[in-house]
Amino acid sequence: MSAAGPMGTAGPMGAAGPMGAAGRRSTAGSPVAALAEPRRDFVDVVVGFARALRQAGVPAGPDRVQAMLRALGHLDVLDSGQVYWAGRLTLCADPEDLDRYDAAFALYFGGQRPRRGRTATEAPQVLRAAPFEPAAAGEEQREGDDSPNFAVHASRHEVLRHKDVTALSVTERQQLERLFALLAPRASGRRSLRYTAAHRGRVDLDRTVRQMLSQGGEPAELIRQRRRHKPRRLVLLIDVSGSMSPYADWLLRFAHAATRRAPQGTEVFTVGTRLTRVTRELRLRDPDRALAAAGRAVPDWRGGTRLGDTLKAFLDRWGQRGVARGAVVVLCSDGWERGDPAELGSQLARLARLAHAVVWVNPHKGKDGFAPVTGGMVAALPHIDSLVAGHSFAALEELVEVIADA
Amino acid sequence: MASVDPRTLDPAGLTPAALGHALEQAGYLPDDGLSTAAYLALRMHRPLFLEGDAGVGKTSLAHALAEVTGAELVRLQCYEGIDASQALYDWDFPRQVLHLRATETAGGGGYRDAAELERSLYDRRFLIARPILRALEHSPSVLLIDEIDRADDEFEAFLLEVLADNAVSIPELGTIRAETPPLVVLTSNRTREVHDALKRRCLYHWVAHPSYEREVAILRRRLPEVSERLAREVAGAVRRMREADLLKPPGVAESIDWAQALHLLGADSLDADRAAATLGAVLKYQEDAARIRDTVLAELAG
Repeated sequence: MSAAGPMGTAGPMGAAGPMGAAGRRSTAGSPVAALAEPRRDFVDVVVGFARALRQAGVPAGPDRVQAMLRALGHLDVLDSGQVYWAGRLTLCADPEDLDRYDAAFALYFGGQRPRRGRTATEAPQVLRAAPFEPAAAGEEQREGDDSPNFAVHASRHEVLRHKDVTALSVTERQQLERLFALLAPRASGRRSLRYTAAHRGRVDLDRTVRQMLSQGGEPAELIRQRRRHKPRRLVLLIDVSGSMSPYADWLLRFAHAATRRAPQGTEVFTVGTRLTRVTRELRLRDPDRALAAAGRAVPDWRGGTRLGDTLKAFLDRWGQRGVARGAVVVLCSDGWERGDPAELGSQLARLARLAHAVVWVNPHKGKDGFAPVTGGMVAALPHIDSLVAGHSFAALEELVEVIADA
Repeated sequence: MASVDPRTLDPAGLTPAALGHALEQAGYLPDDGLSTAAYLALRMHRPLFLEGDAGVGKTSLAHALAEVTGAELVRLQCYEGIDASQALYDWDFPRQVLHLRATETAGGGGYRDAAELERSLYDRRFLIARPILRALEHSPSVLLIDEIDRADDEFEAFLLEVLADNAVSIPELGTIRAETPPLVVLTSNRTREVHDALKRRCLYHWVAHPSYEREVAILRRRLPEVSERLAREVAGAVRRMREADLLKPPGVAESIDWAQALHLLGADSLDADRAAATLGAVLKYQEDAARIRDTVLAELAG
């Protein structure tokens, strides 16, 4: 963090308050009057702080920095409490920003290390390499050698669609990635409160009278309206634990296709040992860049599975507040639960009460001899509306239909 | 509730602490962050965006601010599908038609030509002012836009436009501008993420649950008839409930309800039987009630 520079110009930050030297020099009479036009060194301190804050992951843009300067113009810059609030009220815009703000404030103005404890869970995430590079080339090539045998029976394209995504060669992967552009998952609609013009339905009094008015008050034709249909929200929860890692990449691609289809109506989270929201990352247009961004955001890639706990985190933090209400929720996991399956069962029951439909995608369902016997699956079965496979492109196409019919 | 003399809020001498004190007089007990936020909103003419769990006192802050500033409170409750004709203004079409017909019957009604007659149709008296227009017309006012997260995102874009100009332009009538811009308070329960562009124009404040001491003070202030001991024990129990990892942790509104319910049953301290009987005032999920019965209430019973 580059705190040394601005702190040097502003002098030591001591008991006098965060704006110590800068403030003292500029405040002969009333500090508010002196700050009506902020002094240059004072501006430097704030701009430096905003830079530190951006490094901590709070998107404090220039307009917000200006707002902070204006707020300080109305406050006492020698009072560290007021400086704290001026920054917090103007630079933050999300509850998740607050812990980062506290840490950056303490570090920048107090010269302290950020506090641990409550901040630990929300600490800025360490950048990680994207986990989407293909497996070792040699191995893939061997897999590729097998494909001609299948091609005897069906077109290459058909084979590709039905092949398990973990058994693809490098070229097949690339072909399949292009095929994902064809997927357009979208949840079914529900009746909205709003009306739309229609030939049949109830009379739209406002518009009918308005038309009468334009014709000099002569009774005109009745204009009718009907309730609009609004698509349901689609929520995808993707297990990124070790056992799911061969499929997670493809499922995220599927999620990207859904996000592209309905950017406002889709929410994507990864689950594993912790919950990560990747909706924003997946809104990038280019699938590869979106997936790389999502990969960087997920800290527990190929970790363990504590589905019950992460599902609870999802419901507490997002689901119950509204994200899962009336939505179609798709949970992609193999159900290898390391935590207590009973907890998973009770959280799924909660989810089922909130959501319109719960779809479980288990890639192993596509394999011969599959039976939902893992602890997690057994606990989940009473609460899910449908169980589908997600191991191949064809299976994902089927998933699109299941989502649309849900 | 004692009304506060608006003159105590002299803008020149106003400080966050003075505003906090005035809010206390009006029966709202803010912490430093909230009073600074409200102070800056008043001084910078920026909307105040309050986010936090349900029942932490976001809406009541707007009521208290209206009281201390001597302004009228105009409330716009957002809901799914809300649009401009419900938030801004609407023409009273039936009355316009009536006017037109009445003029016809009266044989022209003294209008020289059709254009003048048409102009008379789009008179201010045929305009129905919805909350935002009302707030702009009645200054000073406090405009409370409640639960913005329930409205659709198109509505946010529309709000942005109005908040930026503090004016509404009506094609048939012209622009209506506020003499003094209203103090705008937006609240959100965070059921949906509100767009950054809207937040950027606002002062953002996350309203947390109050500390134990503050909650006791709030209970004492709102319910003077409740004994000090009951207020302390209720605040303590609610605090433990918030730590108990519940589906819906109780807010201040719930603890006030609970204390009142206990008081009405004649309690001057918290005992297990009455607490169990009134648990529905503070916990709204059966699972939560079961969990608290086994922990907090079991301890109360000894």
